[in-house]
Amino acid sequence: MSTDQSTRPSAQHSPSRFGALLAFLRNTWRGLTAMRTALTLLFLLALGAMPGALLPQRSLNSAKTDQYIADHGWWGRLLDRLQFYDVYSSVWFSAIYILLFTSLIGCLLPRTVEYARQLRAKPVLTPRNLARLPHHRQSTVDASADAVLTAARTRLRGWRVAEHTEEDGARSISAERGFLRETGNLVFHFGLLGILVAFALGGIYKYEGHVIVLANGGENSEFCNSGVANYDYFVPGLSVDGTQLSPFCVKVNGFTAQYLPTGQPTSYQADIQYQAGADLSTGTWRPYDLRVNSPLRTAGDRVYLLSHGYAPRFTVTYPDGTQRSNVIQWEQADPITLLSSGATKFDPPDTPDPEQRRKSQLAITGLFAPTAVYDGTVLSSSFPELRDPAVAVDIYRGDLGSDSGRGQSIYSIDQSMVDSGRLQKVARKNLALGEEITLDDGTRVRFDNVEQWVSLQVSHDPTQNWVLVFAVLMLLGLVTSLVVKRRRIWVRVTPAGGSGGSGRTVVEVGGLARTDQAGYGEEFTKVADELLRAARAGRES
Amino acid sequence: MPVDESLSTFSDWSYGSAVAVYLLAMIFLLVEQAFGRTARAAAAGRTARAAALVGAGAGGSSVVQADQTDQSDQSDQDRPRITPGVVSTPQRSRPERFGRMGAALIVLGALLHLGSIVLRGFAAGRAPWGNMYEYMSVVCFVAVGTWLALMRKFPIRRLSAFTLLPVVVLMFIGGTALYTTAAPVQPSLQSYWLVVHVSAAASGSGVLLVPGVASLLYLARKANERDPGRFVKLAARLPEADLLDRLAYRTTIIAFPVYTFGIFCGAIWAESAWGRFWGWDPKEIVAFVAWVVYAAYLHARATAGWRGNRAAWINVVGFAMTVFNLFFVNLVTTGLHSYAGV
Ligand code: HEM
Repeated sequence: MSTDQSTRPSAQHSPSRFGALLAFLRNTWRGLTAMRTALTLLFLLALGAMPGALLPQRSLNSAKTDQYIADHGWWGRLLDRLQFYDVYSSVWFSAIYILLFTSLIGCLLPRTVEYARQLRAKPVLTPRNLARLPHHRQSTVDASADAVLTAARTRLRGWRVAEHTEEDGARSISAERGFLRETGNLVFHFGLLGILVAFALGGIYKYEGHVIVLANGGENSEFCNSGVANYDYFVPGLSVDGTQLSPFCVKVNGFTAQYLPTGQPTSYQADIQYQAGADLSTGTWRPYDLRVNSPLRTAGDRVYLLSHGYAPRFTVTYPDGTQRSNVIQWEQADPITLLSSGATKFDPPDTPDPEQRRKSQLAITGLFAPTAVYDGTVLSSSFPELRDPAVAVDIYRGDLGSDSGRGQSIYSIDQSMVDSGRLQKVARKNLALGEEITLDDGTRVRFDNVEQWVSLQVSHDPTQNWVLVFAVLMLLGLVTSLVVKRRRIWVRVTPAGGSGGSGRTVVEVGGLARTDQAGYGEEFTKVADELLRAARAGRES
Repeated sequence: MPVDESLSTFSDWSYGSAVAVYLLAMIFLLVEQAFGRTARAAAAGRTARAAALVGAGAGGSSVVQADQTDQSDQSDQDRPRITPGVVSTPQRSRPERFGRMGAALIVLGALLHLGSIVLRGFAAGRAPWGNMYEYMSVVCFVAVGTWLALMRKFPIRRLSAFTLLPVVVLMFIGGTALYTTAAPVQPSLQSYWLVVHVSAAASGSGVLLVPGVASLLYLARKANERDPGRFVKLAARLPEADLLDRLAYRTTIIAFPVYTFGIFCGAIWAESAWGRFWGWDPKEIVAFVAWVVYAAYLHARATAGWRGNRAAWINVVGFAMTVFNLFFVNLVTTGLHSYAGV
């Protein structure tokens, strides 16, 4: 509509040129808002959404996407250029749904106006020839026209009715029912519109972040939503720059998982404490039992328990007797048995000279098994629970590359440092809990114990309640519009024999379903039967 | 909660028997379909009750006509009148007896099928739709149940084999390749939303199997009407295209809101399990696509030039998406929607 109006003033200046433009725009608009177009666009939407299910999507798994592109050569790269790995934010997908929703608005506006008009309108006049309608009955009864009409009025209570007297003296009632169908249909389509708007706004204001903390109530078990830097991974909405985070803190005191004998998990549970709002200044912690399917909802944010794993603790005793202890999460290598891999890194104590430090950094890398089984000396895990923990470690000494300015994975060492010989493997061994290994320079490395870590997800989406509200409206509208049938019925009474002497009356009943014909026949038959019966009975009254 | 092995075994037996009984029912009904009178003749003799119920006139080529003639009080001399209520011819033909036995067998199969689902639920101590095998079983049960309900209202008994065919195929695959022993489900599935969301999704999908089959038959019938050389054997024994169309439409408008509700519940559950209500997970995508296709079907039914054949095709596409969702997305892609065991 807006296109239409905005061009109108200019059209007045130069009727011929702008007239043509106006006609073009009007035709475009009409075309766009035609049901047929809506249908085509719905198809395109379905078609356009499909690649997202068939191809890896960057937003879900960027590593897999890169792998896919690498595996498929020019074809993979072409698909990338065509945004097939980011379907739902692609130009073409957006174009489809924007067109569809423009069409929807263009379709809804006139329909709403029409709806409002019809709300006040009377049911339409009785058609001349009721016998032409899809549903029709006729009968001659021994009752006066007045009596028949009175009986009909009674029967048609609940219908919207209008009475007419026709030129030839016949009188009729037109009745209509099921206006709610249109109401439902409009509510449904407006609800749909509402969902889209709320969803789009969500994309602007929401954020999501992941963070891993130890589940031991100790120093690395606390997380505060005070800055983006506190997250391991953060996806902001379009307008989120990290200054609007709603502050809260959580501390994870413990984690319990339960398993079937097959190793299938049956329950995850994290014992947490949190503070938000006024609690932050008073330092009050409140307990919460965090589980899958039962997130912590606080301060406009939700905290989810995403996954868990193990963090082996190693203690290094240097030749001079100083000890350093470190515990850091190792990542799941096998999600079923929780065999994990990682790298625990140590800086030598009291070594201010970076040159010196870079010669004697240590990294303990390898595998961790919560329930160890050995194939020869190769360690693997047979069960995800902590029953018989062991590690198989390679110990490296030298320059970890942490001063190089390059980002480092916390789960591995920088392979290029190994390749360049600045980081050297100095030992390899399997260690059970409490066992230690002595390096060539007398340094001892002990596998002390195991902590658990949990990964938490923080989600923030201020519009999701609106989406829910619109979804409920949409569903109510849908059910209403599919259940309610819009239908009309007309009753015409004509004195039989023309002269009016007989006292008999011809009663005609006609019916028409405004929407789908399916199912109106039964109701019509019932109503018409009752009307005619009432008309016959009307004789006595 | 521990798994009750013996209940689980009974459930499996019950499942297997249900498939066998469905197969037997199919054979009986195929006999009726193959040797029974052609649709036209059968309709004239048998569908009086149905005519009164649904306004499908024998031999009438559209509803409008049928309603006019059947339901007008003025007598209609050029056609034999059908008296509602007079249904039975005293001597039933042999194919018809087969058909009736087939229908009874479907009921028996459905009871066994229901038994297997209920026993599974007790065996595992949870809602019996926690993995693909169970989910498919429920979908198929809903499809059969819908068909039985429709059979009471529409003269469609002889078409039952067409509906039972996908059911038996799905149940066979479910009971062999996708079979999973009864077990508790993983933590993310432990939620009352499992009960609500999955039952709604399964009911929706199950009911939608029927319009898929009806639309396919409609297309065959229409193709035959346009070119009598095509689908000769089949089409002659099919009911009026119009009846098939109405069957498809009515079942779709029942299933569509249920399916919509299922998707919404899924979104609510996803919000509490995965931290977002919608994330374009493969399963979500295909559910969305199927939903849009059915919305297109409803639109097509209301658009001039799209009713009939095109609408029927859309419905078939929708059905294909539903089945695609069942298999492809569960087995091939790795979304969050991982069911235990498969
Ligand atoms: C955004 C995509 C759309 C979706 C998902 C959608 C969905 C639906 C659904 C499910 C129905 C059937 C239920 C009901 O009657 O309420 C329906 C009906 C209808 N829609 Fe849409 N719609 C969309 C866009 C449009 C557009 C753009 C138009 C206008 C051109 C439109 C016009 C109609 C009309 C007139 C009906 C009533 C049909 C009837 O009486 O059976 N819709 N729509």
